[in-house]
Amino acid sequence: MLYDALIAPFTEFEFMRRALAAVIALSLGAAPIGVFLMLRRMSLVGDAMAHAILPGAAVGFLLSGLNLIAMTVGGLIAGFTVAILAGLVARVTELKEDASLAAFYLFSLALGVTIVSIRGTNIDLLHVLFGNVLALDDQTLLAIAINATVTMVVLALIYRPLVMECVDPLFLRSVSRAGAPAHLAFLALVVINLVNGFHALGTLLAVGLMVLPAGIARFWARDISAMMVIAVLAAIVSGYAGLVLSFFTGVPPGPAIILVTALVYLASLLFGPVSGLLRQMFPARHLEA
Amino acid sequence: MGAQLKFHNVTLGYDRHPAVHHLTGEVAAGALVAVIGPNGAGKSTLFRGLAGILKPLSGSIDLGGLDIRDIAYLPQSVDIDRSFPISVFDFVGTGLWRSIGFFGGMGKPERDKITRALAAVGLNGFESRSIGTLSGGQTQRMLFARVLLQDARLIVLDEPFNAIDTKTSADLLALVKRWHDEGRTVLAALHDMELVRDHFPETLLLARGPVAWGATAEVLTAENLMVALRMCEAFDDSAAACSDDMPSRAA
Repeated sequence: MLYDALIAPFTEFEFMRRALAAVIALSLGAAPIGVFLMLRRMSLVGDAMAHAILPGAAVGFLLSGLNLIAMTVGGLIAGFTVAILAGLVARVTELKEDASLAAFYLFSLALGVTIVSIRGTNIDLLHVLFGNVLALDDQTLLAIAINATVTMVVLALIYRPLVMECVDPLFLRSVSRAGAPAHLAFLALVVINLVNGFHALGTLLAVGLMVLPAGIARFWARDISAMMVIAVLAAIVSGYAGLVLSFFTGVPPGPAIILVTALVYLASLLFGPVSGLLRQMFPARHLEA
Repeated sequence: MGAQLKFHNVTLGYDRHPAVHHLTGEVAAGALVAVIGPNGAGKSTLFRGLAGILKPLSGSIDLGGLDIRDIAYLPQSVDIDRSFPISVFDFVGTGLWRSIGFFGGMGKPERDKITRALAAVGLNGFESRSIGTLSGGQTQRMLFARVLLQDARLIVLDEPFNAIDTKTSADLLALVKRWHDEGRTVLAALHDMELVRDHFPETLLLARGPVAWGATAEVLTAENLMVALRMCEAFDDSAAACSDDMPSRAA
């Protein structure tokens, strides 16, 4: 019975196995990135970047139809351009990163919509908007896995300067010039993972597997390494549960996955040991020293 | 000993307005120098120039061949994200950046070094606390532990004893003296004249330009201090471009 509900869908249907593999790969890359976004108070930046990617993907779609490679490259170009321009402007001028990013992503979004409307074709952008994790071909699955691998390797390489730039940016500047390159590499990883996510979850929800697991982890751990592990686990478990939910109810998989993640987030908000609401309402007695 | 630092007619400032104006002089290797002056005199600006965070508007600073990693800079208002989930041990460990860099492993010798540095500043037992739980004085001790691990030839401390109680300042001052004994060059911006008189052999009295620079007893005269106090903190938007190419010498 339990087997039928929880395991049979994956043993019986290949598309479910593929979807699960994709979700696991996405979780491994996106969740640690999300933890850094959260710690750098950039969670909404992920959302803005997702908007910046949309026009690039749309242009790729216009030029070569539903070709995932073209859409990925288009999205990467648009995302990188916006991320790097925003990062540079924030570093060179007085404008802060959020304001400069807002300016560039709006520009990118407007440009993309303009291009689409000038071409005037009746495009089916549903795939880009909402993705479909149940219909991934080999190529896309491989691309997702490669992107996730690249993410983990690069994150490991820039881990120390990235942490130092979060905690004490002035100190990093006084001992090394690695701060700016590490920051740009990090923004690039955000873009890669959003593009990765849009095949499975669509551009609008791609940011979900990034930001929500990080929020969940904050309620369970005080240490950044533990946070990243918990975030990855939360993303994988929610992804799996979302796929099962989608399989039995017919809800589209993207929203199903993000809904489950959001429920886990709400539960963590209530029951999490680190500043969870219940813990705050019923604190344990204070210690002697 | 030779000079560690040479200021060649340096002007440092913001938006073309000078905060340190035409400073020329030398700091000997191994010197222990107090930099004093009223608020807005340019002490912090000078230190930011030394740390390579601010480029001079004109003139140059000769670091005597030091790489930026040979300089430990402790800013006045530390811009630490105290909510970041990192332990005191790991935070202090970033001071080992020079020796372990991006990927170097943290073996037993490194861990021992960190433990010893924490012990030296009196923070034993705080290793696994997250940095947000420390008090102001404890935070300052932690920052000194990081400076200790940086093992730098030049140490620049911007008002290190501000808002710190006597016990903590005494402990940290002992560390400063230890660095001096080890032959490192130490510059510290200070406001406590008594402390400067008692512990710092050399003093630079700054008031945008250098008012006096030399042996502490000769610099800290009532007359010099009056001159420094009269310095106006003017930030004149319509100021003309400075044509004074002659260095104003004080040392």
